[in-house]
Amino acid sequence: MSEIHVLVIGGGIAGITAALELASCGVEVTMLEEGPSIGGRMIQLDKTFPTLDCSSCTLTPKMVEVALNPKIELLTLAMPIEVLRESRGFKVKIRKRPRYVDMSRCTACGLCSDACVMKGRIRHEFDCNLSKRPAIYIPFPQAVPQKYLIDGMGCLFISRGKCKKACVDVCGPNAIDFSQKEEILERYYDSIIVAPGFDLYDPTEKKELGYGTLEGVLTGLEFERLCSVTGPTGGEIKLNGKVPRRFYFIQCVGSRDRQTGARFCSRVCCMYTAKHANIIKDRIKDAQIYISYIDVRAYGKGYEEFYKNTQDAGTFYIRGIPGEVVQTKEGLLVRVEDMLSGEIREIDTDVVILATGVRPHKGTEELCNIMSLKKDEYGFIKVNATEPSRTNIEGIFVCGMASGPKDIADTVASAGEAVARCMEYLKE
Amino acid sequence: MQEQAASRVLVCIQCGKCTGGCPESGRTPFNIRMLVRKRQFKYAIEEALPWYCTACNACTLRCPRDVKPSEIIIEIRSSMVEEGNIPVTIQKALESTFVQKNPWGKPRSKRGDWAEKLGFKVPHISETEHKRLLFSCCIHAYDPRCMVIPVNVATLLNKAGYEFGILGEEECCCGNEIRRIGEVGLFEELMEENIANFKEYGVQEIIALSPHCMNTMKNEYGDMGIKVVHYTEVLSDLIKEGALKTEKPLESGIIYHDPCFLGKQNKVFEPPREILKSLKNVNVHEFVRSRDISLCCEGGGGRMFFDVEVPYQRNGEIRVTDAQKAGADTIATACPFCLMNLEDPAKEKGIFVKDISEILMEVI
Repeated sequence: MSEIHVLVIGGGIAGITAALELASCGVEVTMLEEGPSIGGRMIQLDKTFPTLDCSSCTLTPKMVEVALNPKIELLTLAMPIEVLRESRGFKVKIRKRPRYVDMSRCTACGLCSDACVMKGRIRHEFDCNLSKRPAIYIPFPQAVPQKYLIDGMGCLFISRGKCKKACVDVCGPNAIDFSQKEEILERYYDSIIVAPGFDLYDPTEKKELGYGTLEGVLTGLEFERLCSVTGPTGGEIKLNGKVPRRFYFIQCVGSRDRQTGARFCSRVCCMYTAKHANIIKDRIKDAQIYISYIDVRAYGKGYEEFYKNTQDAGTFYIRGIPGEVVQTKEGLLVRVEDMLSGEIREIDTDVVILATGVRPHKGTEELCNIMSLKKDEYGFIKVNATEPSRTNIEGIFVCGMASGPKDIADTVASAGEAVARCMEYLKE
Repeated sequence: MQEQAASRVLVCIQCGKCTGGCPESGRTPFNIRMLVRKRQFKYAIEEALPWYCTACNACTLRCPRDVKPSEIIIEIRSSMVEEGNIPVTIQKALESTFVQKNPWGKPRSKRGDWAEKLGFKVPHISETEHKRLLFSCCIHAYDPRCMVIPVNVATLLNKAGYEFGILGEEECCCGNEIRRIGEVGLFEELMEENIANFKEYGVQEIIALSPHCMNTMKNEYGDMGIKVVHYTEVLSDLIKEGALKTEKPLESGIIYHDPCFLGKQNKVFEPPREILKSLKNVNVHEFVRSRDISLCCEGGGGRMFFDVEVPYQRNGEIRVTDAQKAGADTIATACPFCLMNLEDPAKEKGIFVKDISEILMEVI
């Protein structure tokens, strides 16, 4: 099978699993990642439920394996722009954005980041904009490839043509290359696995919850970055330099919600919130934690036990979703009915964390357009229950959150399924 | 229209978001979530409970399953109206509306009397060129405190050279409150009479003085092909165009209270604020709970006609305290219900409550 090439689009846990499995079957794999590093959403997480394993400790070895595997070609800052059927395979045009750093020379010493005049001035997407970075940077310490890059929008020299270019002065191996241009590659692949992943619901429109207007209202992913050792606070749960003591979690924000058009359950929020509560209890012993829920969906292996342990640790579960979060002198006030008792509670808190629901990744629509893939009513890639990785186009398979909400275990399983289907297709 | 408004009681998942945001929960025995549950299974409901609802609509606007709890309240009240099992005061308001087309039972012939206080003659709508109708609320027409508002708005429009007419004694209650009380038949009667008048005189635009009238005409009268606006929208445009000049300085700290029917229900947030911001020497303050999360004055949905027997801290008091905390000496609003409900607690605390039109009259 040495002549067989498969394209994997997306470098998250789904794409990584698919690529490694394909490679182990002897297939030549090209992995496209639109960002500067693979790792996806999972590498943004501090821990994973229900085992509270360190997320990077599980994922980083796999990321490195992708980089080292001779069967896998990794292209970052790259996306397909045209996919055409050719015999049983596909002719694919790939756009590769410039990195402005010569990957063969960069040693990831980091001197350029320190020297950059934009240091600490550009919002860092990887940290959900909670921290600031320079224009030349590496998104996180374990990034794969271990190579710096320049963000063209943020770099003064690239965007305005004017900068003292301190990065060039300090770079020993002369890796910085402002002359790099966008490249268009044309390749042939026998099959494609798409794994573009997901985004999270933006709760700004839910005015009553105060996201974007009240200090101390965060999304779950933002809180995840606050807990992470690679995050803006180095893993200390701190807001504006202070350690908060009172936490209030609100579930189902933008899930099971007609107002936002998402009638589905996002499947991960109940457990990621329980995980957050556990992380807090571990690090802030006297923390007061409330979780507002509609139903606790603890359907996976070990999840129900995890839920019970979270309650055991002293987290209060309140059945009832708050109608209002308002600012007070001392912090925030959450107004909620504890439905099981019928009491209307007004609970003071320092932080409100919104368990925002899952949405298709913003690039999914474009991807579906160029590949003629069908989408479901929410914009996820359409599949049916008995063939969960088969798309409407023969030879193109999907895995991970791209076809609907999944936890990590299900995502990994779906990647395996996609590879099995793909191998079956290649054998014909 | 009724089908559109129908609630979806069976799909409620009892998440409690409605109770958490309800201006009545906690301080009164009213629990909207519980009432929805009881309605789901047709359990008996205590007589007084449904009448606490102020129809602010926060529950319906936030419900994740589009259950429309505020419509369920209307359904519950409807059954009570049908059985004749309703508070006496509500019964009286309904009867008065049936006879005199206003809930206070004041003579219909006096409905247009406010116009006599003007220094000029307001034409009947049929005599106007542009067919813009200034529609007053029953409160404006009959309540001595609120009667000044149509007088002010008419004066301001006249000053700006904005042609308009009125219906006089032909005007009848818009039915917004009547529908929310649950008397759907009477509401439809009022609606039909109003629409017939609008059609007869070829009305092109309705300038509603009350957000309640504006709401029902805009959203519940069906497609009349008539533009329905609130008076603050018109005045704000006239100020922007320079047709209305707000020259005199007013040394004041004003805070704007969003009426539910104008703000959260119809998203008219900016025009009243733009008017206030155009005034000289005025500091415009904001409530912490403003715009979409504005706190209801507790005047809507028939609450004007229902005496709550249980003593509790009214939202009006909370609002006045919050206004003082924010540093305001005047609460501005643009709804007669809010005006009446805020004024009593405000008087005790020594702070003014004014309609936007009253403030404008002071500066032109």
